[in-house]
Amino acid sequence: MRLDVILRVLAKLLIPFAVMFALYVQFHGDFGPGGGFQAGVIIAAAVIFYALIYGLPSARQVVPDALVEAMIAIGVLLYAGVGVAGLLLGGNYLDYFVLAHDPVHGQHRGIFWVEVGVAITVSAVMLKIFYVFAGRRRDAGEEAS
Amino acid sequence: MGAAAIGIARQRNLFGVVLLSGIYSFLMATVLVVLDAVDVAMTEAAVGAGISTVLLLGAIHLAGGTESRPIHKPWLPLFVVVVTGGMLVYGTLGLPAFSDPQAPIHQHVAPSYLKEGPVRTGVPNVVTAVLASYRGFDTLGETTVVFTAGIGVIALLRRRKPRHKYPARADGDGGEGAK
Repeated sequence: MRLDVILRVLAKLLIPFAVMFALYVQFHGDFGPGGGFQAGVIIAAAVIFYALIYGLPSARQVVPDALVEAMIAIGVLLYAGVGVAGLLLGGNYLDYFVLAHDPVHGQHRGIFWVEVGVAITVSAVMLKIFYVFAGRRRDAGEEAS
Repeated sequence: MGAAAIGIARQRNLFGVVLLSGIYSFLMATVLVVLDAVDVAMTEAAVGAGISTVLLLGAIHLAGGTESRPIHKPWLPLFVVVVTGGMLVYGTLGLPAFSDPQAPIHQHVAPSYLKEGPVRTGVPNVVTAVLASYRGFDTLGETTVVFTAGIGVIALLRRRKPRHKYPARADGDGGEGAK
């Protein structure tokens, strides 16, 4: 795969647009189809594409394992933290109305952060699963040698 | 889709099975678009046809590409599947007709979501409003399920550290899994 110039150039062209599209899906989810789950998967797909073309080690340099593992937890904590923020501001758990002075703005803010949390967790989990699947044989080989 | 499903069942070459299930997912996504469930269609196309195809190919890379011959005759599982499927189809006979506006599901909370959702949450996409706001707890649970899946895969397949570090590592994984 290393010598396929066409694939490498095309991947370079396509990956920024894939990430861009993921961000569009994420932040336009209020108005069109999309949201955290879809955007997270698209981000993960972009990195997996990079790993397929340029090799797993370089993808692991771009998005290191430690970052991915941290993101898995950060997303859930962010989601749960939005709920706790609602509690601290005097509402119920996951009550978005109290997050801003205007209830509708509070809903916006709550939904925004919740979707960000979902996207972070989903993308990190997908990436992590790909990393451990794709890296297993390679790691085993390293150990044997 | 039926052809793809039969192909999946009859194939012994797992590479073909993976490709066929990707095709199946794309067909499913188009069906969902026809049903106006664009959000779900997007997820199906991205997860079902995209990510899981890559993951299954990775699994084939680890486990080899040919399915071994079954040791048992498939009659008992086939019987169970046919009976269960038959009962499910029989159950659908009692449901209201497709897209019937008088169906109970359209009389309960759906009208208030459709009417008040955009006003109360300021989000025009009702799917997002329901997912993140009205059903926030459900989505938190789903995110936790994804989180648990990730932790489980890490615990099972993670690259083994050198022996002398191993007990500490095992403790850390147990703590994360128990969370």
